[in-house]
Amino acid sequence: MSITESAKVAIPEPRKISTVPRFSDRVFRVVVFCGGLSALIILAAIAIFLGIRGFSILSQTGLRFVTQYEWYSAINTDGTAGEEGSTFGIGAMLIGTIITALIAVVIGVPIAVASALFLNFYAPNSLRGFLVAVIDLMAAFPSILFGLWAFNILMPSGEYWAKILHKYLGFVPFFDVSAPVFTRSPFIAGIVLAIMIIPIVTSVSREVFSQTPLDRIQAAYALGATKWTMIKAVVLPFGSSGIVGGAMLGLGRAMGETVAVFTVLNIVFQANFQVLLGAGGNVASLIILKFGEASIEEINALMAAGLILFLLTLLINMAADLIVNRSSRKGR
Amino acid sequence: MSTMLVPKPIKPWQRKPKEMLPEVGGVFFVVIGTWAAIEFTGLSGKLGAFISASLLSLLASTFISNQSRGKSAAKNSFFGTLVAVFSILAILPVISIFGTVLIKGTKGIYIGFFTNDMSLSSVNDPLNSGGIFHAIVGTLLLISFAMLISVPLGILTALYLTEIKGPGSRLIRFLVQAMSGVPSIVAGLFIYSAFISGTGRGFSGFMGSLALSILMLPTVARTAEEVLLLIPSDLREAGLALGGTQWRTVAMVVVPAAKSGLITAVILGVARIAGETAPLLFTTGGGDTLNLNPFNNVMGSVPFAIWKALISGSAESNARAWASILVLLVMVMVLFFVARKLGKRKI
Amino acid sequence: MSDQVKPTSLASIAGNRVSRTPGSAPLGTGLETRNLHAWFGKNHVLADISLDFASGTVTALIGPSGCGKSTFIRTLNRMHEFIPTAAMAGEVLLDGKDIYAAGVDVTKIRLKVGMVFQKPNPFPSMTIGENVLSGLRLAQLKQSNKEELLEECLKRAGLWNEVKDRLNAHGGSLSGGQQQRLCIARSLAVKPDVLLMDEPCSALDPGSTLRIEETIRELSKTMTIIIVTHNMQQAARISDYTAFFLADGHPGEMVEVGPTSEIFARPKDQRTENYVTGRFG
Repeated sequence: MSITESAKVAIPEPRKISTVPRFSDRVFRVVVFCGGLSALIILAAIAIFLGIRGFSILSQTGLRFVTQYEWYSAINTDGTAGEEGSTFGIGAMLIGTIITALIAVVIGVPIAVASALFLNFYAPNSLRGFLVAVIDLMAAFPSILFGLWAFNILMPSGEYWAKILHKYLGFVPFFDVSAPVFTRSPFIAGIVLAIMIIPIVTSVSREVFSQTPLDRIQAAYALGATKWTMIKAVVLPFGSSGIVGGAMLGLGRAMGETVAVFTVLNIVFQANFQVLLGAGGNVASLIILKFGEASIEEINALMAAGLILFLLTLLINMAADLIVNRSSRKGR
Repeated sequence: MSTMLVPKPIKPWQRKPKEMLPEVGGVFFVVIGTWAAIEFTGLSGKLGAFISASLLSLLASTFISNQSRGKSAAKNSFFGTLVAVFSILAILPVISIFGTVLIKGTKGIYIGFFTNDMSLSSVNDPLNSGGIFHAIVGTLLLISFAMLISVPLGILTALYLTEIKGPGSRLIRFLVQAMSGVPSIVAGLFIYSAFISGTGRGFSGFMGSLALSILMLPTVARTAEEVLLLIPSDLREAGLALGGTQWRTVAMVVVPAAKSGLITAVILGVARIAGETAPLLFTTGGGDTLNLNPFNNVMGSVPFAIWKALISGSAESNARAWASILVLLVMVMVLFFVARKLGKRKI
Repeated sequence: MSDQVKPTSLASIAGNRVSRTPGSAPLGTGLETRNLHAWFGKNHVLADISLDFASGTVTALIGPSGCGKSTFIRTLNRMHEFIPTAAMAGEVLLDGKDIYAAGVDVTKIRLKVGMVFQKPNPFPSMTIGENVLSGLRLAQLKQSNKEELLEECLKRAGLWNEVKDRLNAHGGSLSGGQQQRLCIARSLAVKPDVLLMDEPCSALDPGSTLRIEETIRELSKTMTIIIVTHNMQQAARISDYTAFFLADGHPGEMVEVGPTSEIFARPKDQRTENYVTGRFG
């Protein structure tokens, strides 16, 4: 039979195969599906509950909630009204959150990426296992441990290096200080956060670097590349979006960190761009600071602050996941 | 051909000890240079020594390669040394943390530290009174109840992503990823706003467990998913081909095959929450006495005890904080290494 | 090209070609192995290969899978040592100097002995032009007239006419065969004396394969080429010399080497005859 003849034969519709699952399987699927929905439900519930509680404050203050620097609760803790009206603004805290998190990324990401390169391409096998274990263990350290260590051990060194930075780079506005107070500064909080995000950025970068196609690495070597020129021409272009995604994951973690920052940072309700000066803020530590003695109204304001922190970190995390996943899926 | 003389295999690309001479010289240079830098310049302290040693190593390795193999080798050595220095920099904090916690923590440790609670001791009492028995029990209870909630949910999520692959599994995987980045304080604040504030219910251990389970769920789900993906699909097909329902195949073939990996997932989740402090501040109240009922009254926990000792500020309570953190660190490390050991086992 | 070669037997294809005698070509450098052995861990994969590659010739390495051909050519530019368990013995002489001697700069060896891989692997982050010149960047070589070099390399690889108007397009936008010729052009830019090709056509369609073969024949006028191939017709069409490798439960060894026409028409060894006549492998 020739090809043209066979084309005349009517091609049948593909049969639909339907399976009626057994009752037990249907129960199984429903149960697993409900479990699978838990992440969605919890995330939605967080947004809804914090939104309901924070709504009264947010509707009153509007946009000023994020632009205003002042945080003042006029109602005394025993419920009696204070003399003036309350003002709730997290502007200074938001700025502080972003500054400390950015310092963390600027310091932590280069160290983490270099470590990932060292682990994947330089370290001998014996050393690699040990270093990976240490860095992974670091990810499991409680944040209060980092806070306590930073307050007692890191602070003096941080102060010393802050003074050196100020002495030689003081002409840069960021490194200027209006008062010679170098402890409990955003700079030192940023260093702690940098240390805390190193594990996650390292592991994301390592993951992406390890997917670099071997044939491309070999092609570079066959063209007479040294290890470094190979990394620059092949590994870094391949892993660039993984690095960006990892850095954003780190940024998200740094913005949400509470206890370590609260322990180290001197919280002041002013926008402070002098990173070496001992005054700063962070939305999460604001919540801890004010929660203990807050009135009902102030608690609602704290809930609104929590909602904004939640949405901000969620957004950054989602963007980071999209970037990392895209980089690991595409072939380049 | 059978009489062919087979020579000894060698690896000529590995460097021989004799070729290492310049490097040995470089190490000497770095050691002496670091000593000189600390002695004669303004640099001081361990960090100063590390920084000068790093700079000198960069200099030495670049110079040696430049002399022996030219400019491009020098550049290569420079960056090779740089990434090595950065990796050491990355683990320096861990070394410092270990050292500090061991030195400061052991001072506050005595037998009674594990058997007494703080109900009869005040923050200024000497170190041989009071302890964190209540906090250790509290932490164990908090973790147990958090596990009761998040382990089933986490494994069900993982099963949905790997076994059913139903509609929206990509969305759910994405949300689980995003959930792992939720700040811990938000979890605490959420439980407070949903279950405590305005309900007349007070702080209790179970509320803390609820908050912790939010943080534990994504870790369990993601690790479990990775483990289940490693189960070869012919195992599932074999189960189905034997006439098993999907439910029986999963329950009797897939999950048992992934058992040790799933245990790893749970342990990693526990390690994630064992030291969490912020969410407990909004939910458990942090008592000083032993409380075995997680549904009623405030409950202490190790992180909360550290927090309390830390903000009270006396020298004794500071020592207690370090001792408690030593206990916490040992707990986390044991969990971590058990998880690694189990995770390495073949599934 | 394809209608010109209507093979009746491999021997007749090979017979059409006159093998050049060693040393007759003006350019290129001699490469030679002496008692070369290779191991992966305890596994002895290649035993006692002594082989002369005369300058300006094409040598084809044939043999069944797993006979050590690829391992062999990877020892020739020291790509062998990337496998952590790899070990070797014997010598590889380039221009009479042992490339495994102490103090030899491995990157310089790889500049003289270039390599083209099985799968086309242009660097996707670079344009076509950047790909061709990537070797200069990777090996940090200085080059004054890059435009000329770019054109020359692409012409020699037989790709110039197809890409001259889109040198700034990305390497990934080319077809598989074009990508492989781009990889050849890339190897040429660092001016190697010897080009190793590890089954360069096994991932390509027959049309692209013929284009590559033309390129190889063109290149062989100016350099030494060593090609691993599974395709015996290809070996017969393009090579001056053929070496037959076999691993028969032992480490891989070279059974026979000679002018290609001899190997296909009058093999001396029974095992070679079995292989080239298709009785096994």
